[in-house]
Amino acid sequence: MSEMPAAARPTRRRVITEEINDEAPRASAYVCEAASCMSAQAHDITLRLGERAAEAGLTDVMIKRVGCLGLCAAGPLVEIAETGQLFGHVKPDEVEGIVKALKKVKPTDTRQPQGPFFEKQLRVATENMGRIDPEDLDDYIERGGYEALKRVLSEMTSTTVRDEITRSGLRGRGGAGFPTGLKWTTVAKAQGTQKYVICNADEGDPGAFMDRSVLESDPFRILEGMAIAAFAVHATEGYIYCRAEYPLAVARLRTAIRLAQRAGYLGAGIAETSFNFDVQIRLGAGAFVCGEETALIASVEGRRGTPRPRPPYPAVQGLWDCPTLINNVETLASVPTILRKGPEWYAGIGVGKSKGTKVFALAGRIVNTGLVEVPMGMTLREIVYDIGGGIVDGRPFKAVQTGGPSGGCIPAEFLDMSVSYESLIELGSFMGSGGLIVMDDTSCMVDVAKYFQDFCRDESCGKCVPCRVGTTQLYMLLDLITRGEATMEDLAQLERLAGIIQRTALCGLGQGAPNPIFSTLRYFRDEYLAHIVDRVCPAGVCTITPAEVMA
Amino acid sequence: MSTVFTFRIDGKDVAGSEGQTVMEVAEENGIDIPALCHLEGIHDRGACRLCMVEIAGSPKLAAACMTKITEGMDVTAHSELLLEYRRTVTEMMFVERNHVCAVCVANNHCELQDTAEELGLTHFDLPRISPKVDIDASHRLFAIDHNRCILCLRCVRVCDEIEGAHTWDIMHRGLETRVQTDMGIPWGESTTCTSCGKCVQVCPTGALFEKGRAVARGSKTRRPFLPWMKVVAEERGL
Repeated sequence: MSEMPAAARPTRRRVITEEINDEAPRASAYVCEAASCMSAQAHDITLRLGERAAEAGLTDVMIKRVGCLGLCAAGPLVEIAETGQLFGHVKPDEVEGIVKALKKVKPTDTRQPQGPFFEKQLRVATENMGRIDPEDLDDYIERGGYEALKRVLSEMTSTTVRDEITRSGLRGRGGAGFPTGLKWTTVAKAQGTQKYVICNADEGDPGAFMDRSVLESDPFRILEGMAIAAFAVHATEGYIYCRAEYPLAVARLRTAIRLAQRAGYLGAGIAETSFNFDVQIRLGAGAFVCGEETALIASVEGRRGTPRPRPPYPAVQGLWDCPTLINNVETLASVPTILRKGPEWYAGIGVGKSKGTKVFALAGRIVNTGLVEVPMGMTLREIVYDIGGGIVDGRPFKAVQTGGPSGGCIPAEFLDMSVSYESLIELGSFMGSGGLIVMDDTSCMVDVAKYFQDFCRDESCGKCVPCRVGTTQLYMLLDLITRGEATMEDLAQLERLAGIIQRTALCGLGQGAPNPIFSTLRYFRDEYLAHIVDRVCPAGVCTITPAEVMA
Repeated sequence: MSTVFTFRIDGKDVAGSEGQTVMEVAEENGIDIPALCHLEGIHDRGACRLCMVEIAGSPKLAAACMTKITEGMDVTAHSELLLEYRRTVTEMMFVERNHVCAVCVANNHCELQDTAEELGLTHFDLPRISPKVDIDASHRLFAIDHNRCILCLRCVRVCDEIEGAHTWDIMHRGLETRVQTDMGIPWGESTTCTSCGKCVQVCPTGALFEKGRAVARGSKTRRPFLPWMKVVAEERGL
């Protein structure tokens, strides 16, 4: 091991010199090592860059792995931190340009604007993403980490913490937008000596990867948010329920938990106070429904992950029948910043009852696929065109799908609508966890509805009849339509059945499953009719064979 | 001493003790709310969705078997809308698997059949799923025909809560969900099954039946053991 050049060693945060020194580097290259860039050899780039920098005799530069830089479409990404210069589509054997750029950095250089994708964002939950090494506690602390928790433990009471969260207007970022302060107060006031905090990291919506990026890029933030929440609701134990499909996030969380425990930010007597709180990880085994809070609790308890009717709500009777606070990753990630910068600051962002910022995962037919955080109230047009860079190949925008399988499609005429919990529900969609799937004229909306129905059908846990049977029947009817074999009676049946499932299913998965059908029928009924009456697919996606047309 | 609540079901004034469910109080007052997964004596799970009722002031429907009564609540257990929902949900149960009453051992002794009759379900409109499913006749006395199973899980609950054997459980999810014995081995090879037959007695359809019974001869005469078990359990404070 001693022969290994310094740079080839595992990429702990490091200045490339003969000996590791702690002086501030003149220039630093941040290599994105989140899952998306990692899958394109980002780690090899880090190693190679270190070697090349050492060979070029650069002794005052730093090569650092960081979390998600956001612009996944251009990955693997490398950023020169001092100038803001970005290198996209980097290949491990083509790092000379970056080494040259590192050479040129002068101490007087300042960060230049990186274009609208970055400049129009406002980062709260993702403020450290792409800035810190996700497995370096010191790096987190340098950027204000654990300031909030220390202040909470030394200067505040659980009541004042809850009060600040309530005043900030923060609402649950997992989808439904339940006021976070109210949820915390309910758990705090619920009877019981043992209480729990659970972080819901079972992100499963198609096209959504916000929580994964936050976990991979800034795991300490979740631990700090959970500790603050635990203090506010008098809990001493916490669980992070993370899906096993996120191995990198789980690995980084494990490291973060170990480092935080060692540094006294988790465990007994946190930050030299009498407050105790520890966190364990539970892995989800691949069921979408386990993101539903009662199913999640069943899964954490080691039982089959199926939901149960509410009430009683988990805030009153949750994990092992104890009062339990369940918050989404992004909600908890916002907490430390809110307490550091003040609730008034956070409440000053956003629109109406939707305060603060929201992280969105841009996916589909959009130029800049990636992760963005924007103030609530920004228009869809700004998100899709200014930040997202518009539609691939300059094709016309058709719709954007929000809210995952419980959400809906918003057509072009509402591009200038400002995005908030309320406005999305008004349009028949749903904020959901924050996936935005952009579609152009090559998407058939009936096919899109069928895709989401197939997802719900597959993910139904099988407990209640309307979801277990009904989602499959909706799928069969949609399949008839896309094959050009349906009649108007089938369409009427589809609408009737969708309404019944929405009203009678047990949990949010079944109740929300018909939403993609409702919203596509609301805005794109003509496409349904084209399939049924004219037996053509306007977008040319569905294959309707001539023989069937004859029949 | 528990608190007594007075409230209304379908406009009728009723009273119940704190902790009771809408379903229990309705049963006591002779108000029939259709249900297939509910069975007195075992825990409720709110899964068949037949007992959905409207509660004034709540935008959502609630399962009567899982909803605790509160003072002054106004429950609508029967309406045109609820009838349509119940009829459709029952239809879903029929078309999910392969129910053929004419050749079923439980014909005329079947709660699913009774429910369909009660709700006026005369024909099927919904797409049929017609999956290929198995029959397990490996047990000496009993057999299970998954074609007739509606996944009410009464067998799972009675085996766990009353017999204490927990031979039955469920596997897979969605439409693939099946009840199973001992981690998926044939029933006849189960080492936990006590052959008590309670699961057969509680099964609402002909899915679980005694071997050797002819078509329409599968009456479940010995079911009343359940409420008795419940009374005994309550008396002993279990």
